[in-house]
Parts: sequence; structure tokens; C-alpha cells
Amino acid sequence: MTYPSLRQSLVLAGTIGALLGAAWPTAAQQPAPAQQAAPLPPGSPLIGRPDTADAKRLAPVPAPPLAAAADKLPVDKLKAPKGFKVEVYASGMPNARSLALGDKGTVFVGSRLQDKVYAIVDKGGKREVKIIASGLYRPNGVAFKNGTLYIMELSQLSKIDNIEDKLDNPPKPTVILDGLPKDEAHGWKYIAIGPDNKLYFEIGQPCNNCLPPEGYATMRRVNLDGTGMETIAQGIRNTVGFDWHPTSKELYFTDNSRDWMSEDLPNDELNRMTKVGQHFGSPFCYQGNLPDQEFGWGRKCEEFTPPIALMGPHTAALGMKFYTGNSFPAKYKNQILVARHGSWNKTNKLGGDVVLVNIKKDGSAGPIEPFLTGFLENNSYVGRPVDVMVMKDGSVLVSDDWNGAVWRVSAGGNARTAAR
Amino acid sequence: MRSLAVGAILAGLAAHTVGAQPLDARLPTCLACHGENGTSQLPDIPSLGAQPAFYVTVQLLMFRDKLRVTEPMNEMAKGLTDADLQKAADIISKLPPPQPVADNPDPARMDKARALSQQHRCNFCHQANYAGQENVPRLAGQREDYLLKALRGYKDNSRRGYDAQMSEVVYDLKDEDFVELAYFLARQK
Repeated sequence: MTYPSLRQSLVLAGTIGALLGAAWPTAAQQPAPAQQAAPLPPGSPLIGRPDTADAKRLAPVPAPPLAAAADKLPVDKLKAPKGFKVEVYASGMPNARSLALGDKGTVFVGSRLQDKVYAIVDKGGKREVKIIASGLYRPNGVAFKNGTLYIMELSQLSKIDNIEDKLDNPPKPTVILDGLPKDEAHGWKYIAIGPDNKLYFEIGQPCNNCLPPEGYATMRRVNLDGTGMETIAQGIRNTVGFDWHPTSKELYFTDNSRDWMSEDLPNDELNRMTKVGQHFGSPFCYQGNLPDQEFGWGRKCEEFTPPIALMGPHTAALGMKFYTGNSFPAKYKNQILVARHGSWNKTNKLGGDVVLVNIKKDGSAGPIEPFLTGFLENNSYVGRPVDVMVMKDGSVLVSDDWNGAVWRVSAGGNARTAAR
Repeated sequence: MRSLAVGAILAGLAAHTVGAQPLDARLPTCLACHGENGTSQLPDIPSLGAQPAFYVTVQLLMFRDKLRVTEPMNEMAKGLTDADLQKAADIISKLPPPQPVADNPDPARMDKARALSQQHRCNFCHQANYAGQENVPRLAGQREDYLLKALRGYKDNSRRGYDAQMSEVVYDLKDEDFVELAYFLARQK
């Protein structure tokens, strides 16, 4: 599997951009699609709309509302590099999404389409799934710090203190921050606690492609008691995964680019925040070098902070973590594992895997290679990875909202040999 | 008419605690509101005929788990097992498609709505014949008042979808667009 290098994609996109920029047809000039019986009148909003049979089949792929039965999990279809082992960590959690790790080893699992937060307890190799919160609205965001579990629903942040001592009888979460926008589009949230002990989250762009109202498409951070919220970045369409570089402490985040521009552009992004106040382009410029057809007029991509890596078009790059464990081969250390949920706005789907993004000593990105594949089979999903998390033993958990399960990838003894 | 019928049913629900009944015992109550032959005669209550089973499973799950909060549906779905949800969905999906409005539609309104539907790609997810698929509901022949209510609900975030797709779609739409689309779709076979 090869991925376009940033340079290749820039050349390609630059060429396309040059062609388009030089001779971008106005609505009146663009020829009507061949399939129409009568030409569309000039200025018709239908001009340029995808009109092929293939395009008309594109619709979001719905996540199964019920978790897959344990004996139906596609464990034999998932492939990891030589020497690694893939197994089911736990199952039976419909719409399993973001992951968080408690100090005592409890794995917390959020949900985007259902109302529950789960806790997976490992009792000597046997995992037990408990429901520790329910009746919530899109509790996609989960984070853990100093005994406290933080849960972010669509528009509010809450917490449960000392959760690991109360897994069998957890109290209801206490709301510590509310009043956030209730927009559904890109409204579900990923949260993570940074080295500065603040909780980070995003207010997504409330549309596919529009001028976001004030405060939207921004990264926020807030104190762990819910006070002091501030905006630290703009122009982020929809990020559902971020982590801090282990040594530089810079924030790296994925961002899902717009739909309905083309099947092959723009790419989803991996970004690097080097300071507060950066603008990452949406909706004016996507993937660092592609001015938006609608909002790019009068703007230049150079105004914005480009991504450090292109994650493929419509791959839905979501959860990501720096690999900080010690049981994988040395080459994985401080590299980023990114879950690519997989396409819907693309005839031949891309993604449905976890990839390894090489991060160089200067913090920039190098080549990308596959890590865990097989979720996409014959252009259909047998699973869809959402988030990744490094366990204390150095194994990596991968959540899968298609099967309602969490996978575990571990390095066997010969993984280190195989990687040399 | 609606308040009388629904009131009677609600009274019945309270008396018999539908949430404790097995699925088969609840089905007649479902059909009393939603119509026995897939077409609802009651204002604002949707026709269920020929709705995709996936979509019905998801909606019933949302009512059961209170992801959508609306009585009497929360009570109607209370305590159903996952297998019940799928069984109910299967039964409902096999009800005949609803009867579309059979008047002489205003061609200008129909053209305008058809163009809106193409522009906003309704006919992609909902299919060219608006029969829906998987998690996308059938719109053809649905009650005009219900379609309008649903679209308005997605616009003001009062109607919760399983996913956020409809919220994204209606972002660029205005209320007068909803009126035309509802008119058009209620008259599709």
C-alpha cells in the first residue's frame, strides 16, 4: 500500500489548482452534465452537481445499532505486521468509540450514537464490560486524570470522581461545563487532557462546508473544574483525535476535510499545533494547498497553517496516539498510530485501517505505512476503527464502532526481530 | 381527531403499562396510531409502511434508550429486547407503502421542490424514488405534515437523528424549502 507523499500530493493538487485557478468555469460556462436531457439554465445551482449513477449511490454508511456477537467478530480478517498478534479485547459495546485509561487499568469507552459509557475491567486476562453511565447524549469524549473520569456529551462536560472504586455502583456524572453549542453536525466531541492539565476539545464546523459562525471550527481548552475556557486555534473542521508529542509536548491532531468536492480531494489531515492562535484553513483552504471552490476566493492558502501529513481522501482519520510503549519494535517509538475510520463519500472506499505515521526528530512527518488492516473487504466494512490507545504493557487497543468491540494488538517475541 | 385518538391510546397505555407487555401484544397499539396498512390517518403521526428495517430498528432503539425523548414512543418501546426491536422492524418494513396525496399537484411547486431535492442531494441517500435504504427512511408518500415537522426538527436540533447527517443537510435550507419539499415528497409514489 502506498500513500501519496506530501510532496506528491502538493504537486498533484498544485497542478489541479493551477488548472482550476486559471480556467475555473463559472456556473454559466460549465457544460451541463451529459446525462441531462435538457441543458441546465445558466446559474442553476444544479450545474456541477455529481450526476453519475455511482455518485448517486454515495451515502453515509450507518453504524450497526447492535453490537456484533462475540462469535461473529472478524478476528481472522484483521492483519498486523509480522510478529504482531490481533485479538478481541472486549465486545458487546454498541458503537464503541473513544478510549481512556484509568490508573488501575480500567479501559473507559465512549459512544457517539448511543447513550452509554462503558468500563472494561481486566481480571487476570478475563475482561468484563460494565456500564458506568447511561442516559447521556452522544458521550463520545472520555478522559481520565487523577482518579476522575471526564465525559463529554454533545454540549456538556461532566465528571465522576474516584470512578475506579465505584465501577459497580457509579454515581451519576456531575456536569462541570455546559452551554456549549448544540449543533449536531460535527458536534460529537473527542477530549484529551494535556501536559498543562487542561482538557482540550473542539467545537466542530456545523455543516459540510460553510463559513462557520463565531466560535465554531475551533479548538478549546478548559481547566479540569470546567472554568477558564479559551479558544486556542481556528479553521479545524472536525477533529476526533489528538495527542501530545512525548518530548516536545506539541499538540498533534487529525482533521476530517470536506465532502462533495471530489472523490480524491481533499485529503484528511494530520496537523501540528506549534503555538496558540493558528488557523488551520477550513473552510477557505483544505489540505494546505487546495483553495475551496466556494470560500477560497480572495484568500490564499499561505495564510493558513498547512497539515504536516495527508491522510488520504475521505479516509476519516480519527483517533491517534503517539506510541510510547516499550514492547513494540524500536521504530514505533514516538511515532503516531492513526485510526482511519474509512470512506463514505468515495466510490472505492479508502481507510478502514490503522496506519503508522513516521515522525522525525524535528517533529515533522515522514512516510506513512499500514499497521492494522482488514476492516475494509471488497469495498464493504467488516469493522471500522475509531480510536487507538497504548496500554501499560505496550500493547495497543483499537476501538471499533461497527462491531461494538475493542481490539488488542500486541507484539510477540519475534515482532522485534521481524521489524529489523 | 388526533387528540381524541391519541388521548384514548395514552389512557390505554397508562392503564395497561404497555412497557410491561410482550411485543406481540403491543403491535395492535402501534397500528392504531400509525395505521394498519402502512398509512397513518392521524396528523403529525408518521406512516410506517415500507420503511427500511434498519431504520425502524434504529428508531425503536432510540425510543427505547431515550435517545429520542417523545411520548408515547418511549413507553411503547420500553423494555423491548434487541431481538424484539429487529422483529418489530421486520414486521413494519413489510407493511404496504403509504398512499401518497392524490390531488392535482401544482407543477411549479413540484418542479421547484424537485430541483431543491437534486441540489441538496436528497435523491442520493433517499434514492431517486425516495424509498430510502438502510438507515435512510422512505419519504415517498409520507404525510406532508410529518415531513415538515421532521425537517423543522432537524433544523432547530429538537429532532435527534441517529447520526448528524440530516442536521448537516438542512444547514443550508430554509423553512420555505421545507414546505416545498414536504409538498413534493408527500405526492411521490
